[in-house]
Amino acid sequence: MIDLTRRAKRVAEVAALHADAVDREGRFPAEAVAALKAERLLGLQVPSQYGGEGAGLAQIAEVCCTLGQACSASAMVFAMHHIKLASLVTHGLTSDWHCGLMAKVANEQLLIASSTTEAGIGGDLRNSLCAVEAEGDLFNLGKDASVISYGAQADVVLVTARRNPEAPTSDQVLVALMRDQMSLNRTSTWDTLGMRGTCSEGFRLEAKGVPTVQIMPKPFAEIAAQSMLASSHLLWSAVWFGIASYAVDRARSFVQGEARRRPGTVPPSAMRLAEAASALQSMKATVLSGLRKYEGAQHEPDELSSIGFAVSLNNVKTTASSMAVDIVQRSLGIVGISGYRNDTPFSLGRPLRDVMSAPLMIANDRILSNTANLLLVQKGGGQLLSA
Amino acid sequence: MVSDEVVRDILRQNEAMSGIVDSLGEDEDLFEKGLDSFGSVQLMLALEERFEVEFPDTLLNRRSFSTIRIIRETVSKLSMGAAA
Repeated sequence: MIDLTRRAKRVAEVAALHADAVDREGRFPAEAVAALKAERLLGLQVPSQYGGEGAGLAQIAEVCCTLGQACSASAMVFAMHHIKLASLVTHGLTSDWHCGLMAKVANEQLLIASSTTEAGIGGDLRNSLCAVEAEGDLFNLGKDASVISYGAQADVVLVTARRNPEAPTSDQVLVALMRDQMSLNRTSTWDTLGMRGTCSEGFRLEAKGVPTVQIMPKPFAEIAAQSMLASSHLLWSAVWFGIASYAVDRARSFVQGEARRRPGTVPPSAMRLAEAASALQSMKATVLSGLRKYEGAQHEPDELSSIGFAVSLNNVKTTASSMAVDIVQRSLGIVGISGYRNDTPFSLGRPLRDVMSAPLMIANDRILSNTANLLLVQKGGGQLLSA
Repeated sequence: MVSDEVVRDILRQNEAMSGIVDSLGEDEDLFEKGLDSFGSVQLMLALEERFEVEFPDTLLNRRSFSTIRIIRETVSKLSMGAAA
């Protein structure tokens, strides 16, 4: 890992420079993604024998946080790419084709997008309507993909589909499609309050005559449970932490400016800053404990698929996402009108609009109802230092 | 000993499983056959109720409920422990 912090910071500088334009124009953060490629950060997670750096999720999360402080959309694109890559790295090592894909991702710095959401199914990623239609060694696949974030810019898309046209909607596989193997026709646009640069547009996806070796060998049920849910909750939370910590930094700098102007007094806003800083620390502890739990469980499939693990990771998502919104709002309260304006060094409008996506992308209510179900059998009795 | 038939009876209450219970092999993966997170929790509750056992957290994972054979073995072990 050659100086990961410095490489991430160099990308963050580029991302920050274009963040307002990306937001205003609702466009893909092309400059930041070019910088990610130049710093070779898209292949970080790929094992070293395939040309990557074998980075763990915590290191990826640190980069997500650094980018989140600069440009939420760039950070989210980076996070989503690495969530897909985590599935490849965790479940693709037994397949030659997928190992080859990992090598290509590392060597050519390919950008991976995800297609789980489907018209008629919505955001329930564990069900699909579309199906792999195989004939011999080749298959066709058509999907009404109602959201593919940065679909138009991705080099590879990992797509969920039913195993075959007769399979139940929950019997899914994950298929890797290269850009030149599919057509993507835009069916909806992405004009949103925040996170405008993720370009999460809808597409009609059509792929014909794709080799069946591109279907991931493990059932998607297992991939979702063992790598995708944990990596999504953790990397998204790291992005939100980056946004929240940027806002608190702005508030801190504002309060310090006030203090310098009135020597001998503690500005009243410093009390609010103390509250925001405390909330930020709690949020950090939540994300970190999730990352540690994941690292401890990573090579133990029983633990990864356990109810206790799912409950803790669900809690990381719901807690971090609501805290992030709260912290940015508190920061705005401290900075006041300078934060509300879009033309001051303390502007917090963009981060606030961006972070408001956190409780909504995979709605917290959906996650809480999943946790509620799991709690019907979990026994509890955990200790401070374990479980 | 927990019989194969009792486990199948309980599985029959599950929406995704009800139509295919009789054709399921002892070692077929129930999750691959459509058992989802909600269904597996309902299955655990039904087993706890039927056999008057409580699954400890260490057994609340996918593997312990993945096939009819494993469910039988898990429940048998727990009920023997409870009887001892």
